[in-house]
Amino acid sequence: MRTLDWTAVCPLDRLDPDRGVAALVDGVQVALFRTGDELYAVDNLDPVGGAQVMSRGIVGSRGGLPTLASPLHKQVYDLTTGRCLDLPDVALRRHDVRCRDGLVEVRLRQEE
Amino acid sequence: MSGGRLVVVGNGMVGQRFVEALRARDQERRWRVTVLGEERRPAYDRVRLSAFFDGVSAEDLNLHSPDDGVELRLGEPALAVDRARRIVRTASGEHPYDALVLATGSSAFVPPIDGTDLPGVFVYRTLDDLAAIRAHAAGRRTGAVIGGGLLGLEAANALRLLGLATSVVEFAPRLMPVQVDEAGGAMLRRYVEELGVTTYLGVATSALRPGPDGTVGALELADGRTVGADLVVVAAGIRPRDELARAAGLPLGPRGGVLVDAGCRTADERIWAVGECAAVEGTCHGLVAPGYATAEVVADRLLGGAATFPGADTATKLKLLGVDVASFGDAHGVSPGCLDVTFTDPATRAYAKLVLSDDATTLLGGVLVGDASAYPTLRASVGGPLPAPPLALLAPAGGAGAGAGALPAAAQVCSCNAVTRADLDAAIAGGATDVPALKACTRAGTSCGSCVPMLKQLLDAAGVAQSRALCEHFDTGRQELFDIVRVRGIRTFSQLIAEHGRGRGCDICKPVVASILASLGTGHVLDGEQASLQDTNDHFLANLQRDGSYSVVPRIPGGEITPEKLIVIGEVARDFRLYTKITGGQRIDLFGARVEQLPQIWRRLVDAGFESGHAYGKALRTVKSCVGATWCRYGVQDSVGLAVALELRYRGLRAPHKLKSAVSGCARECAEARSKDFGVIATETGWNLYVGGNGGFRPRHADLFATDLSTEALIQLIDRFLIYYIRTADRLQRTAAWIEAMDGGLDHLRSVLVDDSLGLCADLDAAMARHVAGYSDEWRDVLEDPERLRRFTSFVNAPDVPDPSITFAVERGQPVPTRGADGRRQPVALGLPGVRR
Repeated sequence: MRTLDWTAVCPLDRLDPDRGVAALVDGVQVALFRTGDELYAVDNLDPVGGAQVMSRGIVGSRGGLPTLASPLHKQVYDLTTGRCLDLPDVALRRHDVRCRDGLVEVRLRQEE
Repeated sequence: MSGGRLVVVGNGMVGQRFVEALRARDQERRWRVTVLGEERRPAYDRVRLSAFFDGVSAEDLNLHSPDDGVELRLGEPALAVDRARRIVRTASGEHPYDALVLATGSSAFVPPIDGTDLPGVFVYRTLDDLAAIRAHAAGRRTGAVIGGGLLGLEAANALRLLGLATSVVEFAPRLMPVQVDEAGGAMLRRYVEELGVTTYLGVATSALRPGPDGTVGALELADGRTVGADLVVVAAGIRPRDELARAAGLPLGPRGGVLVDAGCRTADERIWAVGECAAVEGTCHGLVAPGYATAEVVADRLLGGAATFPGADTATKLKLLGVDVASFGDAHGVSPGCLDVTFTDPATRAYAKLVLSDDATTLLGGVLVGDASAYPTLRASVGGPLPAPPLALLAPAGGAGAGAGALPAAAQVCSCNAVTRADLDAAIAGGATDVPALKACTRAGTSCGSCVPMLKQLLDAAGVAQSRALCEHFDTGRQELFDIVRVRGIRTFSQLIAEHGRGRGCDICKPVVASILASLGTGHVLDGEQASLQDTNDHFLANLQRDGSYSVVPRIPGGEITPEKLIVIGEVARDFRLYTKITGGQRIDLFGARVEQLPQIWRRLVDAGFESGHAYGKALRTVKSCVGATWCRYGVQDSVGLAVALELRYRGLRAPHKLKSAVSGCARECAEARSKDFGVIATETGWNLYVGGNGGFRPRHADLFATDLSTEALIQLIDRFLIYYIRTADRLQRTAAWIEAMDGGLDHLRSVLVDDSLGLCADLDAAMARHVAGYSDEWRDVLEDPERLRRFTSFVNAPDVPDPSITFAVERGQPVPTRGADGRRQPVALGLPGVRR
C-alpha cells in the first residue's frame, strides 16, 4: 500500500511561520512546517541521530531550496525532496500535507 | 550692574556651562536667571551626537541638571532684543533683563544649491536631525554627504552604519582640509575608501535632483558627474547664529558672529556673547573648549571679575571612521622659515608630519593620521625643544613593518616564538586558513600579538580568501551585522534579511541574529518572530540531549545553595524521574525531561526561588567560586560574595558564545579562574582580573589583564570587556579566540577598555547598565504567558501524549536513555586537534 488516508492534525494558525511542530499520525511522528505559503511534512525521526527531533530544527534556505537543519548535529535537508544536502545517501521520509478549510491534514507515505 | 535679571538666550552646551558656572559662583544669588531654549530638549552633549547611532539615548547625552534658581523655558526661541527697553521678546511674551547673554550657537551652513529643500536632505546638528536621518534611511540603499570635514566624515560614518552605500563630496582637494595637509588627507582618503565610502574631492555639488518618489535621488557635480543618493546630509560648515544681534544693531565680526571684546562683552555693556555665536576680538571658534572658556569669562565678569579670553587651543585628536587623526599647533606650516619632517608608511598606512622652527630645534605643530599615539607627547612639546629625534617620535609603535608578503622565507615573523615566514607558509600549505589556525599550529602571534597583522598579510599573500560572510544569506560578518542592527534600530530578522541579506536564512544566521537582538535587549527570546530564529535549546529554554529529551539547569549563583533549595531540586528530580548530576560549574543538571514536562518542572523551581541558569544559551553560564575568606584558612577575600554578585549582574547576557567565569579567594586558585573567559583571583589588596581563558576543546590559560583592582573598578572593567566582546566577536568565537585574532592582542584590548583609546567606554558602560536594568527571568516570563507556554507540547494533535520514543533504563540507580537496538545512536566524531607530522 503506497498511501493511507488524510488525517486532520491542527488548525493552520497553530503553525508558526518557519517553526515546526510534531504530530502523531497513526503512531508515526511527523514534523510539520509552514514557510511562507508552503506546507511541508517529513518524518520527525532524525535519520542520523536516531531521535525524534526534526520538528525542532531551524527552517531556512540554501541556494533557493527550502531547508531544514537537524537540531542534533545540523545536517541540512531539502524540504522539497527530503534529501540531505550534507551527507550522501541520507534522506528524510516525506509525507503529504495540505490545508483544507483552515485545517492542516497529513497523509503518511510508505517507503519511497 | 552686578545683579538683577539675567536672560540667557540659548541652552546648548556652552549656554548650559555658562549658567552652571555662574550659579556655582553666585553664592549671594545676585542674579535671577531665565534661559530661553529653541529646542524642546534641554542641553545635551553635541560633541557625542553620533553616539546616538550607537544606541546611546537622548537621556544619556543630557547635560542639564535641574536648578530651582533657573527658569528654563524650552521651545521658546528669542525673536527680538529691544535694547532700549532691555527686553527679549518671544512668541509668548517679554523677558526684561539687566544683563543678557547670547549663547545662540551656530547653524549648519547650507550652500545655495537647487534641491536642498527636497525631502531626504538633512543637516547634522541636533538629535532631531539624527532621528530624522535614521527614519529616512530605513529601506534605502545610498547616501551622500556634502562636505568632507570633521562633521562630514562623522555623518558619512553614520550613513555607512545605517547600511547605506555612502559617498562624500568635498569642494577642497582633500578630506578634513582644515586639520590635515595634503599628504595626510591622501592617507585619510585611503582609509575612508577602504571602508567602502566613495570620495569625490575638489568638486562642488551643483544641484540635488529628486528620485521617482519625489524625495532626493541624486547629486549633480560641477564636473558633470552624477552621484546616486536616496539620502543627503549637508555638512558644509557652520555659521554663527548672529541674527538677533544683527537685528538689534550690534556690531558683528568680519566673518559674522556677535563681535565681543576679550571680556566677551558686545558694544552694548549689558549684552554678552559666548560660544560659537561669539566673534571674540573678531574670530569665531567652532570647538567646544574655547566656547567653555568664554562661558567662564562671562560668569566671572557678571560677578565683578575681570577675566579675559585666554586664546583658543585648536589642537584636535579624534577617531573618525576608526582612523586616528590629530593636528596641533601650526599644522599647515605657515610660520616663516619653518621646516617639515614627514613620514609616510604605506604598509601601516600611517602619515605624520612635524613642523619645526627654521633651526630644527623647536616643535611648532604637526599632523598625525592613522597612528596618533605620539599626540600627547607632541602636543605637550609644542613651542619647546623636541623630546627625541623626529623619526623616533614618528615611527609607529610596535611597527609591523612593510607588507609581510615581501619577506624572505627565513625572516622571523614572530620574534617572541621564533616563527619564520617559511614555518607559516608551511602551515598555510598544510591547511591553516585563518589566523587562529596559524596560531594554533605555529604559536606565532600567541605572545605579544604584534605580528597578527602580518599573519593576515601572509594568508592574503598565499591567496587564502578571508571571507567574512556569515553564510550565503549575509555578506557581512557578525560584528557588522551587530552594528547594522544596533545603529538602524532593526528589531526583526525579516527586516534585516530583506534590507541587508538575501534568501530565507538558515541555522547559521538565524541564531546569530536572535543572539544579537537578545544582546540589545529587544524583549523575550520567544516573542513574535524571534521564536522561529532560536536553536532548539533557546526555543525550549533547556538543553537538547541525544534521545530528544532535555536537561534543566537552575541558576545556583557562585555555587552557593541553601539546604531548602537543595531539597527542592532533589524532590523535583525524584518526582519527574530525572537523572541528576553535579556539573563542572557548581550547579546541578537534571536530565531526561520531555518538552511538556519543562513548564511543570519550572513551576516548582520558580516557586522555590530558582531562576533560569541559561545553560541552554550562548550567555553567561556560571561564576564558580572557592569558599573564600569566610571559611578558608588561606583565603584573603570573599570570593563567594563576589562570584554571586558577578553572576547576578551578568545573568541572561546573550553573547556570541557561552561565557564562563570563576572567582578564587587566594592565589591557590581553587576555583580554576584562569580557565575561564573572565577569571578573578583575590590579592591581599583587591582583585586580579584574567581574561580569555578556555577549557574544553582547546585549553588556554587566561591572561592577566589588570591587577589589584577595587571591586568597583573590577566590575567596570568586566562590564566593558563583556560588551566589547559581544559587539565585536565573530559567531561562536569564545573570548580566547577573539583576543588571539585581535590586532594588537591584549595590549590593544587594554588600551580600549582601560585607557579608552577608542572613546567607547561610556557607551560600553551604558550598554551594560541597560542590560542589568532590563534583566528578567526568562522562565518566570514563560510561565506567566499562556501564548509562550503553548509551544511546550510533544504533539500538536495530542498534547497529553508523552513522546513514546523517550524511554529509560536504569544505570547506577538512575534513569538513563535506552540504547536503541538498531544501533542508530552513533557517536559523533569531533575533529580533535591532530598532531602535525
